[in-house]
Order: sequence, then structure tokens, then C-alpha cells
Amino acid sequence: MATDVAAKPKFGEINKYDFHTDSKAVFKARKGLDADIVRQISDMKNEPAWMRDFRLRSLEIFNAKPMPRWGGAIDLDFQDIYYYLKPADRQGKTWDEVPDEIKKTFDRLGIPEAEKKFLAGVKAQFESEVIYGSLKEDLTKQGVIFTDTDTAIREYPDLVREYFATIIPPADNKFAALNSAVWSGGSFIYVPKGVKIEFPLQAYFRINAENMGQFERTLIIVDEGAEVHYVEGCTAPMYSTESLHSAVVEIIVKKHARCRYTTIQNWANNIYNLVTKRAMAYGDSLVEWVDGNLGSRLTMKYPSVYMMEPGARAEILSVAFASAGQHQDAGAKAVHCAPHTSSRIVSKSISKNGGRASYRGLVKIERGAKKSKSNVVCDALILDPRSRSDTYPYIELEEQDVMVGHEASVSRIGEEQLFYLTSRGLTEAEASTMIVSGFIEPLVKELPMEYAVEMNRLIALQMEGTVG
Amino acid sequence: MSDSETLKIKDLHVSTTEGKEILRGVNLEIKRGEVHALMGPNGSGKSTLGYAIMGHPGYEVTQGSITLGDQDVLEMEPNERARAGIFLAFQRPMAIPGVKMADFLRHAATNVRRPDRKEGEELIPMREFRKELNQKMDQLRMDKEFARRYVNDGFSGGEMKRAEILQLAMLRPKFAILDETDSGLDVDAVRLASQSIADIGGKDMGILIITHHEHLLEHNRPDFTHVILGGRIVETGGPELALELHKQGYDRIRAAYPEAAAADAALKQTEPAGAH
Repeated sequence: MATDVAAKPKFGEINKYDFHTDSKAVFKARKGLDADIVRQISDMKNEPAWMRDFRLRSLEIFNAKPMPRWGGAIDLDFQDIYYYLKPADRQGKTWDEVPDEIKKTFDRLGIPEAEKKFLAGVKAQFESEVIYGSLKEDLTKQGVIFTDTDTAIREYPDLVREYFATIIPPADNKFAALNSAVWSGGSFIYVPKGVKIEFPLQAYFRINAENMGQFERTLIIVDEGAEVHYVEGCTAPMYSTESLHSAVVEIIVKKHARCRYTTIQNWANNIYNLVTKRAMAYGDSLVEWVDGNLGSRLTMKYPSVYMMEPGARAEILSVAFASAGQHQDAGAKAVHCAPHTSSRIVSKSISKNGGRASYRGLVKIERGAKKSKSNVVCDALILDPRSRSDTYPYIELEEQDVMVGHEASVSRIGEEQLFYLTSRGLTEAEASTMIVSGFIEPLVKELPMEYAVEMNRLIALQMEGTVG
Repeated sequence: MSDSETLKIKDLHVSTTEGKEILRGVNLEIKRGEVHALMGPNGSGKSTLGYAIMGHPGYEVTQGSITLGDQDVLEMEPNERARAGIFLAFQRPMAIPGVKMADFLRHAATNVRRPDRKEGEELIPMREFRKELNQKMDQLRMDKEFARRYVNDGFSGGEMKRAEILQLAMLRPKFAILDETDSGLDVDAVRLASQSIADIGGKDMGILIITHHEHLLEHNRPDFTHVILGGRIVETGGPELALELHKQGYDRIRAAYPEAAAADAALKQTEPAGAH
């Protein structure tokens, strides 16, 4: 356990400290991307043939697909990236087994503390492999599986194979294809029928090696009547050259089941964060995405819910904070494929110091999805004249008998609001931070307590030097 | 009270940032423990005086001075004025969505009580603060739920005014300017407000009450009543003057000060009534 808990910086100060722990990678694939690298990754993992073939097929799709021509500008040399790095030979089952160097990094991220307080199972992804995991015994007894995806392929091959890449096939988009070819790590969760997990399952993700792409692959299956809340938080230290994070998250939520997926991401300013997240919601189920995006050079992320059967519901809450040199192209997709389905999208964006925040969202109501309802609210807060906010709402209706609403607002921090707060003794910086915190309160109040505290710290950090 | 406890306004001229002159030479001296009533028709410059004392960025002082003891108030930022002990109860308080009253008040109270506090330094301990806040809300007969609501967000007119009084109670300033704190309240609520202000103020607070009505003065008998017209204080009297104006309006004043009345009329031609 950590001995210098008191001395470690607070979670939100990580960017400032810009630390980098020297990690001794046991295996590091050479830079670049080709069939040999992909085969090597698969061999290292002792994967079954179907997975190796899947990877190779995905690589072909990746090579064939053009770069997306929308969203943000991507300036990446795919041959100048490491695609696989394995820091330790095996996963640590207990904290004592985790290498000291890696512990040091986790201490700085506050992981042990988080675990002490309310974690049931921690899965921490350090570079490409999940190296530390714990899961409460009673969960195992109830048949809940919470492991990394590599392990799941070895131990639950039939379950994984049944659902893997069924929600997001490699051909979905160029970066989903890339992830499918070189993926490593990520969480696998299976919650059996009727099992309701009352505490959030958590995972920490982190990129460490320079030029190291991180391509985790998460698959969550929530069986009929089951409930789970999965939480992930990400931070990354600063590096001077480009880094790529491209994850795929697939969720299946069966009849009467519920799944909430909460993400807070705070990437270093040179990272491309290009993520595909999608859920399939069946009869009377509920899928909730809570998505907070800070940092990165460019984030393109649109958590999606396909409502496949009557009564399915989607709630998507997305918050983006774009500062200098950052472009947050974030939003949501709600696709209504069955009658009596409903979706609600709330998007909040903040841009400052020349940052750009875009909302890009799709609401689609398929033919036959009668009596479906969708409501979208987009609020943008622009902190200075150099910053920018755009809204790209796409609405496709193939059915008449539906209710679809869209509201958008753009505001600046008002002089009157600032005066009111400063007249009560707050400095202008405190007042601005308070107004921004209030603006994202709808997200923060949905977070587990510790994340709410972190989120407020991150916002305060982002707001430093905004005034004057 | 010593001179260091006096708020002095001398020959104050104030224009909007668009260049329109609203105050044309206001003189006023408030000692701690005194109650002053400021009365005048709509648009005569009452709220502007409050804003100018607090440092609203939309108003520019073009001439004159405001001092608190030997401190030059005009050199201070609004937050420094608050920390020096000046408080303005807003006629129209601003909503700050997502910010809880309790969080806002804890920040404000900490800064005002510890004027040297730097950003990021510790706030008043939560338990201590909660206890005090609950006590103050009890005294004002406010529901505890109030502390958890977002600052002025979706408040009724009456709730906003009560929230301003709660802030007054928590911040305990040396000088308070109450800008129509009675508007939007029913008669009973005004009585409660009036009593509360008297309790909070005690003998230590200098109070400037801007009002159209006499109710707020019920428990806050003014030591001085000032009449403002056309951007100038034209007449000062005792409590009987407040009563007279309330009963008979401003016709006598207008007749007695034709130059100020003309200036007042000119101000109103370009500005909708009640805007300042």
C-alpha cells in the first residue's frame, strides 16, 4: 500500500505535475501497423484462431476505409505509433502483487483511496493490459463476471464470441476497424438475469508510453431484469508527440434490464480520442450514458443507443470542456427502432481560450416506431470571444406519430452574474468557476461522490488563468 | 462612532458606460448604526447610487468620491468592497443555475470574514457554517430546503428578496444598501423583512433603505430621509419626511426644485421608468 498518501497530488492536479513513471515494458511491439504486427499481438495473447482472423480481417477493412471527412482534423501517422505494450507478465490478483512502479502511478491517480472508499471491483488498465483486478466475492457467487476482455476470451469463449463485435462491427467506421485489429484490454462484464449490482463497478484507464496507442475493447452484457453501473475515469500525462486513444464499447441490455455507463475523461492535450460507443436496448430496458470529456487535442465521441424493442429508453448526458488547442466534437445518437421508445439527450459544452466545442447528434425514428418520444437539449457556454461552439443536430423521422423536441442555447458568462457574485466577496475567477460548475451540475450530480469531487477539481483546474 | 466607520459620498457624478449621466452630484454620509431612507420617483437614480457604491461595471464615476474611513472605495473591485464591509441587496438578484445557495453563501461568508483569503484556501468548516445557516434560516422562517436550491433560479419575487435578507444576515456588513427589498413581498412578508433587517442591523450596521413604501421603515425608523430627484439629493429630513412622501407623493418636491424636476423628466424621456 502507498506510504506517501498524504504527499501525493490531488487527482485534478495530474496535468500540472506532468509526471511520467518509467515503466519497464516486458514486451513492446515495434512501431507501425501491418499484418505481422497484428499476428504478433494475437500470438502474444495466445488467442484462438477466430480472434486472430477477426483481427486480420479488421486490418484489411481499416486499410480500405478512407479517413472520415467530417468532425475534426486528424493529423496522424499510423506507422509512427506503438500498437501493443505489455507491462507485466500476468495480472495481479492482489495489490501486493502489483509492481511498485505501477503502484506509484496509481497512487498519483488516487486509485487505492478510491478503492477503499466504495469500490467493489477495481480494474485498472495500465498501458495495454489489465494488471490489477479485484472483485467482491459475493458478485462472483451471483455469477457476475467482471474481468478484462483478454481473460474473458480465454475463460468464457462462448459468451464472448456470441456478442463480440455484434454491436459495432469492424466495418462500422475506420477507427472501429483499427480497434478491432489491434485491441487490447478493456473490461468484460456479464450480469446474469435478475442480478442487481448496487455499487458502481469501476475501471481506471491510462496511457503511459510515448506514442502508445491505447485500444481497449469493452463488452457489457446485462441480462434480463439485471442492473449495473459501470464507471471509468481516464487521465493521461503530457507528451510532446501525438498519441491515439481509440476504444470500442459495446453494450447489450436485455428486457427490463438497466445499464448506466459513466465516463470522465481528461486526456493530455496532444491525444486524439476517437471512440465508438454503442448500446442495444431491448424491451422496457434503460440505457444511460453519462459522458464527461476534458482535454485531448481532438475528441470524437457520440455514445449511441439503439432502441430495438417497445418500451426501451435511452438517457444520454454529455459534457465537453474545450480549452486552447482542443476540439471536442461530442454528442449522442438515439435510434428508435420500435414503438413506444423514448430518448433524452442533454449536452453541455464549455469553450474557453480559443477552444472549440461542437455538439453533433442524431435522433432517428425508424418507420413503425410509433408513439416514440425524443427530447434533445443542448446548452453551450462560451467563456471568451476567441472560443467557439457549434451545433450539428441531425433529425431523421420516418414516422409521423412521434414527439421530437430540440432546444439549443448558447450563452456567455454574463456581466450581471459576475457582478452579483463578486459583490458578495467572490473574486472574478471564483465567480467564473462557480458559474461553470453550476452549468455542469446536471452531470456532476449524476456521478458517484468521489467522481463529483474530482470533476469539480478538474473544472477548477481548467478554469485557472481564465480571467485577466 | 469614529470617522473610520463612516461611508462618505461626495459630489458623486455617475454615467452609464454609454455616456448617459444619471447622478449629478450626490452627497451623503452614513455612520454605522444609522438608518437612512432614500426616496424618489422611478428613474431618479436610486438604484444607480446603489450600483455605483458597489462598483457595477456598467456605471462610471466621472466625478466625486466614495470613501469608507480612509479607504478609497472607488479604487476597489466589487469583491474588495464586499470584503471591506459594503453590501447591496439587489432589486433584481441574478439567477446562477446549478449553484446551491449554501455553497455560494459559504464562499461569500468566508471571503467577507477573512478579507485576505486567497483563492483555493480553506472555507469556513462545513459543520460550523451549516449550523449558522440553519439558525439564520430559522430566524427568517425559511425552509431548510432553501439552502439546497440553486441561487435565485426559479425563485418567486418574494423568495428572491428573502434570499437577499438571508445573505445580509450571513455576511453581516458594516454598511447595507437595500434596493427595494420590500417589492414583491406581501404585507406580512414586508413586516417580517422589516423586523429581520432591524434585528440583523442592530446598532452596528449603517443602512441605506431605498423604498417606495413606508412598511419597510416600520421597524427601521430612519434617522434621515433623503429625497432624490433628477440625480441629486434635493432634500433631507427626519422620519416625518418619509411619511409625507408616502402619503402625498412628489408634487411638492417637484414644485420646490424645478431644475431637478426638469432633469428628472429629461432622464425619463430616454429611459423607461423604473430602469434605474
